[in-house]
Amino acid sequence: MAVNAKTLNETEFFYGHKACAGCGGSLAVRIALKVLGENAVAVLPAGCMSAVGFNFPQLCFGNNAIISTFAGTASMLTGVQAGLRAQGITDFHAVGFAGDGGTADIGLQALSGAIDRNDDILYICYDNEAYMNTGIQKSSLTPFGARTTTTPAGKNIHGNLRPKKNMFEIVAAHGIPYAATASVGYINDFMRKVEKAKSIKGTKYIHILAPCPTGWGIKTDETIEIAKEVVDCGLWYLAEYENGRFTLNHRPKEFSSVKEYLKKQSRFRHLTDEDIDIIISSRDKKWLQLAES
Amino acid sequence: MKPFLRENIPTDLEEIPDAPAYEAGYLVTKNAGWRNVRPVIDPLKCTVCLNCYLHCPDGVIFRKDGRVEIDYDFCKGCGICKKICRLGAIEMEAEKNG
Ligand SMILES: Cc1ncc(C[n+]2csc(CCOP(=O)(O)OP(=O)(O)O)c2C)c(N)n1
Ligand code: SF4
Ligand code: SF4
Ligand code: SF4
Ligand SMILES: [Mg+2]
Repeated sequence: MAVNAKTLNETEFFYGHKACAGCGGSLAVRIALKVLGENAVAVLPAGCMSAVGFNFPQLCFGNNAIISTFAGTASMLTGVQAGLRAQGITDFHAVGFAGDGGTADIGLQALSGAIDRNDDILYICYDNEAYMNTGIQKSSLTPFGARTTTTPAGKNIHGNLRPKKNMFEIVAAHGIPYAATASVGYINDFMRKVEKAKSIKGTKYIHILAPCPTGWGIKTDETIEIAKEVVDCGLWYLAEYENGRFTLNHRPKEFSSVKEYLKKQSRFRHLTDEDIDIIISSRDKKWLQLAES
Repeated sequence: MKPFLRENIPTDLEEIPDAPAYEAGYLVTKNAGWRNVRPVIDPLKCTVCLNCYLHCPDGVIFRKDGRVEIDYDFCKGCGICKKICRLGAIEMEAEKNG
């Protein structure tokens, strides 16, 4: 039976941290560590989750945890698992928690190398769709139209011009043993995926969408709803890649309103109806492709 | 192990280790001061479904003696628990501190 609220490890491993109130990323880290348990060895690159977890001498992790270079999450994970094995330790879970910038931009090479070697690690990307820790700059996972400090919304240019990179498919294209997408709005689905990843040898990748109230311009109590809504309106999808095959976990019968989803967030408030039409048609194109595969 | 607030918080240079490594779960400050509103659970309405516990980003909701309670030392007052509770068992009350 899949792990649920009642059977989940009651111990908290990520506690007293300094994330903003309502931070989606901190919920993803908290829940993943509860599923993995005390034998998790966590690697966190520069980014919000390391900034809020390690404030020397305060250490908000109850399990072993270490900060890596911004680019080096996956390579440090490789080192951690090799080091533990060299000591004869086999009962561990080397897990990384990297942001969207740390994963899809600067950390992509190290991640690709680890997958290529099929190192026994779990890489979790908590995607808040921008470089939040340094003040909301665009990453390659920032969606089209989003306002960030490096993609401002003006009269002529309406925020980010580029679409969001599909990290899940990039990772799957390596032929990785297991990859999945998730959202903090569907936390049981995320727990099931972490639990599954825990039992698989080799490289595992989970990409979880994790709203950031500060960078997205939502209220601190809206994190879960917005993370649910992004799935329900079809701009994000829950899927798995295993044994060379894709599975779609959740197919909304009818999409909820994209416009409503966007307009709740100040990063999208400037968008015109034409901009929103572009977003809707790229969503429809993606779902057509998903239906065919 | 769950991180916990230490009684002796290092203040002198001698007490702070030279190496950039430290004990796991070593907390030196609370987060209670971040809060303007506090969630209060009505035990008469609560069915201990644990939905709030599951979604709290700070993990401050816990089970005790068949009930759910909140660690106010570390709750930030985000209000996620109130929104997620389908039974309306959580109210957000203004903090009265001066
Ligand atoms: C090599 C290097 N370049 C830049 C930085 C500065 N830096 C620290 S955190 C960060 C942003 C991280 O963004 P992301 O990975 O999306 O994580 P988030 O902060 O959003 O959680 C940057 C640019 C750094 N630490 N190292
Ligand atoms: S800036 Fe965003 S991602 Fe970073 S701690 Fe705050 S809410 Fe979390
Ligand atoms: S969500 Fe509501 S009913 Fe469920 S445990 Fe929390 S307070 Fe009780
Ligand atoms: S207000 Fe936020 S931090 Fe406090 S108990 Fe509720 S969900 Fe947790
Ligand atoms: Mg980010």
